[in-house]
Amino acid sequence: MLNRTAENVARATPEPLARKVRGISDKGLAWLFISPTILLLLAINIFPLFWAIYLSFTNYRANRPNEVVKNLGFANYQRILGDKDVWIAMQTTAHFVFWTILLQTLIGFTLAWLIDRKFRGHAFWTTLILVPMMLSPAVVGNFWRFLYEPQIGLFSYVISFVSGIPPTSIQMLSNVSLAPWSIIIVDTWMWTPYVMLICLAGLRSIPEYIYEAAEVDRASNWRQFWSITLPMALPFIMLAVLFRGIENFKMFDMVNLLTGGGPGSTTEVASITLKRQAFESWRTGYSSAFAIILFVAVFGLANIYVKALNKVKQR
Amino acid sequence: MSLTTAHSVVAPSDNSKRIAGAIIIAYALISIVPLLWIFATSFKTPPDSIAYPPKILFQPSLEGYCNLFTTRTRQTPEYINSLGPATGFCDETVRKRNMVIAGQSNFLPRFINSLIIAFGSTFCAVFLGTLSAYGFSRFKVPLADDLLFFILSTRFMPPIAVAIPIYLMYRELGLSDTALGMILLYTAVNVSLAVWLLKGFIDEIPREYEEAAMIDGYTRLQAFWRTVLPQATTGIAATAIFCLIFAWNEYAFAALLTSGTAQTAPPFIPTIIGEGGQDWPAVAAGTTIFLVPILVFTILLRKQLLRGITFGAVRK
Repeated sequence: MLNRTAENVARATPEPLARKVRGISDKGLAWLFISPTILLLLAINIFPLFWAIYLSFTNYRANRPNEVVKNLGFANYQRILGDKDVWIAMQTTAHFVFWTILLQTLIGFTLAWLIDRKFRGHAFWTTLILVPMMLSPAVVGNFWRFLYEPQIGLFSYVISFVSGIPPTSIQMLSNVSLAPWSIIIVDTWMWTPYVMLICLAGLRSIPEYIYEAAEVDRASNWRQFWSITLPMALPFIMLAVLFRGIENFKMFDMVNLLTGGGPGSTTEVASITLKRQAFESWRTGYSSAFAIILFVAVFGLANIYVKALNKVKQR
Repeated sequence: MSLTTAHSVVAPSDNSKRIAGAIIIAYALISIVPLLWIFATSFKTPPDSIAYPPKILFQPSLEGYCNLFTTRTRQTPEYINSLGPATGFCDETVRKRNMVIAGQSNFLPRFINSLIIAFGSTFCAVFLGTLSAYGFSRFKVPLADDLLFFILSTRFMPPIAVAIPIYLMYRELGLSDTALGMILLYTAVNVSLAVWLLKGFIDEIPREYEEAAMIDGYTRLQAFWRTVLPQATTGIAATAIFCLIFAWNEYAFAALLTSGTAQTAPPFIPTIIGEGGQDWPAVAAGTTIFLVPILVFTILLRKQLLRGITFGAVRK
């Protein structure tokens, strides 16, 4: 050890020049390394954000760029918060987020708990289960439209085969009460593996000696599950729930392709309303204000997320 | 089975393992049925694809793939007979339906756009991400936690909300519907993931390696290049694949900000139509071609998957 250090020093000393042209100081290098990323984010994320804030106070319309822009103050915000359709869209979003997260957490945790039995071949089957979450929600979601077709679609056929309901009456995408569930089913199919994977990490982080101690104390399996397994995996479950919550709050692609917000506006989540206002009605000022309101909401979620993330890391 | 035969007192019994295995295998098989159906549909003829009841056994055909890559026009049998022999396999297939090939479809250019934009943005995001991650990992950066949170928070913005000002900005700059514009945008979205993931990977490389190299007379930059980068290869590769998958799969920005020359495959595939509605075998063929690279990457990535999807929050 000492020998090597001495050798290193010897090798370094004959070249005093190398030390002089060491070039940039550490502090300079740090900024040189970090600033390109910060600049890119400022240009592509922050500058447009401020532009959107400015537009949200105006009546600007992107399809009429030459019209005189009027300053409206907070009128756009007032109109959005008083708009019944916006509140309906928020309710639709909340309904969607609630059910997808509930189903994904229940199924995902159960699957993780079963995989943790480490049966023969569990690694292969786990990888197979993970495949849907890696695929493009848009491209695969689009194909689900085919599976949902009444009569010729595989999904409708299987449901009618099992339940005896005539296949032509299973209108998953055009029935008002079924359409929201058609989206929840695809989202759950796609993202349950995500929750499962995080839960599995949680279950595997529980040290075995705790169970051994519980076994010595003759705690029942039921008791072990409620006082060891669940509490110790909880931070991981929370992490998965928060990630899914943020993602599904923003949900756009799957809904846009499966139902486009329809029939009527039964599946019109916030992102779809925003798209209709911004890119179909071209009410740029109004939709910018709506976008800012959504930003603030997601930022609230993001803050909770980072706190939970730190909690998980501390363990 | 009694507990005494198990390795430890708490290992699950053989019976519970068997039941768990059966449930997991059943779930896995059911959950891949939609994917198998995509694959099967891509080899069906259009009439087979819309048959009732849905056909599980069928005569495989490449008509879907022919339709995916071509545009066709309907002609009278007399006209087709006057054309002379078919010039290729697809020509022959199409003629059986009283059609002739009118030209190439847009699938190939859209697919190439997807490749250019996904690889371009991944390269940029990983390049910038590696530098920043090293900076955050090794140097005392003022307000480092705030900056890292800022970088991450850009990921939480709903894409449609970001798209409104980006749409206006790109219109002013002439970046609308250009590959460059999409590369910049995807780089900005992916760089947050890249910084967070790579910071985790670089944190795990002991500082002693660089310190030893610097005692040897290397500059900080040379030490970074010769000792840190080679050690971070696995992390960089995993990060690159995650960025690639995101850019490859992205739909919202692509659908709103590109319409023609720079359109990627995800907004294009749902628009593939035949006579009388969606041409499902062609859609399935496009979907299959689009999904295969992701399947390969998922298998390559399976050990790093957890880390990637949680932004490095959970490591094993």
